[in-house]
Amino acid sequence: MNASPPEGLAPPLAVLLELTHRCPLRCPYCSNPLELERARGELATGQWTRVLDEAAAMGVLQVHFSGGEPTARTDLEALVAHAAGRGLYTNLITSAVLLDRARIAALAAAGLDHVQISFQDSEAAGADRIGGYPGGHAKKLAAAREVKAAGLALTLNAVMHRQNLHHLPEMIELALDLGAGRLEVAHVQYYGWGLANRAALIPTRTQLEAATATVEAARVRHKGRLVIDYVVPDYYARRPKACMGGWARQFLNISPSGKVLPCHAAESIPGLSFENVAQRPLAAIWAQSEAFQRFRGTGWMPEPCRSCARAEIDWGGCRCQAFALAGDAALTDPACALSPHHGAVLALAEAESEAGREAFVYRQIGARIPA
Amino acid sequence: MTEGTLAPDCRPRLAPHVRLRFDAVRARQVLLAPERVLMPDETAVAVLQLCDGERSLAAIAAELAVRYQAPPAVVAADIAEMLQDLVDKGLVLA
Repeated sequence: MNASPPEGLAPPLAVLLELTHRCPLRCPYCSNPLELERARGELATGQWTRVLDEAAAMGVLQVHFSGGEPTARTDLEALVAHAAGRGLYTNLITSAVLLDRARIAALAAAGLDHVQISFQDSEAAGADRIGGYPGGHAKKLAAAREVKAAGLALTLNAVMHRQNLHHLPEMIELALDLGAGRLEVAHVQYYGWGLANRAALIPTRTQLEAATATVEAARVRHKGRLVIDYVVPDYYARRPKACMGGWARQFLNISPSGKVLPCHAAESIPGLSFENVAQRPLAAIWAQSEAFQRFRGTGWMPEPCRSCARAEIDWGGCRCQAFALAGDAALTDPACALSPHHGAVLALAEAESEAGREAFVYRQIGARIPA
Repeated sequence: MTEGTLAPDCRPRLAPHVRLRFDAVRARQVLLAPERVLMPDETAVAVLQLCDGERSLAAIAAELAVRYQAPPAVVAADIAEMLQDLVDKGLVLA
């Protein structure tokens, strides 16, 4: 293993802390791994504050407090205050079902910059079914209003898939009604639980095209009032997404137990070993760890990526998706039309989206995943 | 909605959730917003540092025209274009 950091390696822009995998919701597309971390394996407060110190010192600018449900940690306010004290831009990524006025006030006082609340649908029946949590939608609405009342910036994260895409216009209206400055229309990505539930989630091509048109029209109509970010499912794309802005280029993800990952799904790739913040400084892991070096830059690329004009635009797409769909993380992402596996992926998307499966495998510790 | 150009008498300021700060590691100013990190160049930083909600766009342009010894009309047009882009992105209020 080459122990020296790559020349010209820029510091990461952002770190996402999965403070816990505990969560009251059971969303069938959760980005957490299928092997969920138990509470007893979580880092202690003092370990997280040290991670924040190290992140700020190495040039990280933003910290995302995520999970699971990060508000399940009673030390969240202390961690936010610590991060704010180090000059980090603090973002809370939450389901919001545990947030009340007092907690929001405490987080605002701790220096929280921004809150992102996920919504499962635009109305309660669908949302509570998808999230697997009765009463959740009403709690989210109340919490979102409290976030705004506390003067915090709000992003609404609308997670979209075949079973709720018909409500996309209502989701946009909901974002406006709640006073969100930003809306993420995020089509489900097929990793972890989302991959296990792909047949129940993947949109038809017709649905996807309608959604894209709806987003484009809404961007124009609400310009200056609501910023809309759009995350597409790339099974129907011709070119892959620049996943994470390139493997180990801008972003770090830290699991509840302290494992440092280039992305939240990286553990799905066999053969990579991930180092832990309890054992090694974050900066050293970023610069030198084998898992980060493995797909960093363009040196690992096979053809057609290696000689592609887009090599440093989309960075070969997504390594986790290459493994999930083509069986080898070192191949071109099959979302790319230049991949020999692209046709099969497209056929899979069309077949699954037309078959109409509705039942979900809900996220829970020890759930049985059908093969 | 505010389409096109900003009025000379508007008083631009950073949106409440946006922060402009010096980053010692990169030795430059950075603009931080939800899911966004911008690395404004020196000129943009000079503009943003004057966007305090007190000064008008015309006043900012006049101040920078003196500093950079450039024609005020040209400076005003450049600033308006740059700020309009940031207004559209929700980063600046005007």
